[in-house]
Amino acid sequence: MVETQNALEMVVLRHEVEQYLFKEARLLDERRLEEWLDLLAEDLHYWMPMRRNVKFGDWDLEFTSMDEEINWFDEGKDILAGRIRQLNTGVHWPEEPVSRFEHIISNVELVSVEGDEIRVNSKFFCYQNRLQDEVNQFVGRREDLLRRDPDTGFKLVFRKLILAQNVMLPKVLNTFL
Amino acid sequence: MVAIIRARGDRSIRDYIDPERGTVSRELYVNPDIFEQEMEQIFQRCWLFLGHESQIPNPGDFIISRMGTEEVIVVRDRKDNQIRAFLNSCRHRGMKVVRYDQGNALIFTCPFHAWTYDTTGRLVGAGFQHSPEAYCGTLPKEQWGLAEVAQFKNFYGSLWATWDPKAPSFEEYLGPFTESLRHCLQASDGTDAGLDMFTPFQRHRLPTNWKVPGFTSVTDLTHTAMTHRSAAAARLHQDRGSKGGRDRARQATPFPMSKYAIGDHNLGHGGMCTLYHQNGVPEYEEEWYEAGVDDYFREATARKAELLADKIMAPHGWGGGHFAIFPSVMVDSWRLRWWQPHSVGVVERWTLSGVDKTAPKHVRDAVRHYSERFNGPVGFFESDDMENWNYVFPASQGARARKLDYYFANGKGLGKYNDRLPGVVFNGSYTEEAQRARFSRWLAFMEAASWDDLYPVNKAADHRIW
Repeated sequence: MVETQNALEMVVLRHEVEQYLFKEARLLDERRLEEWLDLLAEDLHYWMPMRRNVKFGDWDLEFTSMDEEINWFDEGKDILAGRIRQLNTGVHWPEEPVSRFEHIISNVELVSVEGDEIRVNSKFFCYQNRLQDEVNQFVGRREDLLRRDPDTGFKLVFRKLILAQNVMLPKVLNTFL
Repeated sequence: MVAIIRARGDRSIRDYIDPERGTVSRELYVNPDIFEQEMEQIFQRCWLFLGHESQIPNPGDFIISRMGTEEVIVVRDRKDNQIRAFLNSCRHRGMKVVRYDQGNALIFTCPFHAWTYDTTGRLVGAGFQHSPEAYCGTLPKEQWGLAEVAQFKNFYGSLWATWDPKAPSFEEYLGPFTESLRHCLQASDGTDAGLDMFTPFQRHRLPTNWKVPGFTSVTDLTHTAMTHRSAAAARLHQDRGSKGGRDRARQATPFPMSKYAIGDHNLGHGGMCTLYHQNGVPEYEEEWYEAGVDDYFREATARKAELLADKIMAPHGWGGGHFAIFPSVMVDSWRLRWWQPHSVGVVERWTLSGVDKTAPKHVRDAVRHYSERFNGPVGFFESDDMENWNYVFPASQGARARKLDYYFANGKGLGKYNDRLPGVVFNGSYTEEAQRARFSRWLAFMEAASWDDLYPVNKAADHRIW
């Protein structure tokens, strides 16, 4: 935390950041995916590493490397836009009929403020309910970098998603976390 | 003949397949007794894929892989540098010895009673082994090493094993597909064993029977237009990069080749196949989304063309197509995808993608990113497959539904043998020849008392049922 920020400014900033994160979750749940896409910076890096079972202390091995290895997601806004086009075709079968997603965002924690860039951590719980009885839960943490934006308040520049799974247990992950 | 576990009623297992009508009973996909029998008759006998040597480059490196429903430790020995595979089950009480996905080990110590094994699987110690109040030094350690696979093969970097000492050699098991697999493990310039695989395995669960994806997707071109409508509608092929040959019409002089669906009914392998009718290789024609990637592959393809100037390229799957090795491995020219059964209604999908060992960073990244967005549970293309493969199972499982049959007669009777791949039936690309070949081989395994009844140990065996 930057020392010179006064406490009130930080409370206001935290509130603004929370509102951004909550709006993002709501747009996903309301299937307003193109509006969600507008909240992302053009140079976004969206990364979800896989997580290995490793020996205690071998923590550098736990997450797959962004540079060398296979990740669940490691892409930019262009690829996410393609995913949204696919979700909006109406013939993307694992989302036809569409799921009932509920994204719950909590534990919002401001990490640092540098100029117009804010590092913020949060947790997600995403409940998926589909057809009659298809239920999946995606739970984990996020490490985000937000940039102030005149139109949307903030834009997401970088997101690391730390999903609490090893083998992906659901057959498909078709939302954004 | 071993006694086949009778499923329901008193029909023998052969009665579940009707070669005349070209049908397979759904019972074979939903019955837990059949599943148990498959694990014994098929997964205990076949050569199964374990991984790739590039995943464990250093002495002591290990990964956990699977053979059917069971875990195996694949480890490179510290002294002789050889790779071996062992059942991940302590010989004392059966605890999982290793619970890490990968690592580097001097020894493996079981967390239960400290039975300890070296990287050749030998038992080298146990808790209280010398205690006068316990083993008194009498533990016959030489007899209690980890259970090692009966046969192991490093085939151009790809690692395979079988539990059955009577299984034929890996090359005999592959038969006419040996050169096809070798080709797929080459770098794009034709260098043998030329791939580095991206770690780790991509793994996810799918609630269905393993044969739904494992047998259906060996060749299934009739699914593409419907299942993958969304990818086409969203123009994901066009502007997201496509690895694999596409529009042949763009070539000034089309390279003479023919495409088929093929199936080897005796060996069970098959899939999509291109036969090349001229020496050399077709002109490079992919279009990668990422900049500079085409330049690399174009140059590599030119080197490969020189290498094969006087030689016809081995038949292999074409474009995004693949061929498949019995029982459940799909092979492309850069990627292996396979199915690990967990139970009658749960399968786990594993993927290992690779790139030329000598590829520069931007090419490695492009191939890696393509693999990430194509494959598995977040893949543009495969997520659509998962939905269909999933709901086949509950919709086939009910008391009424399971009495019905699946239709496998697409192209039945139209296939022909071809001297280019002896013993293999060639049929139209959109036929289900490879799927039928799977069931010919499946039935042979399910009925066989041992490898003595099975081709190619029994050279005279003819397993083709349709």
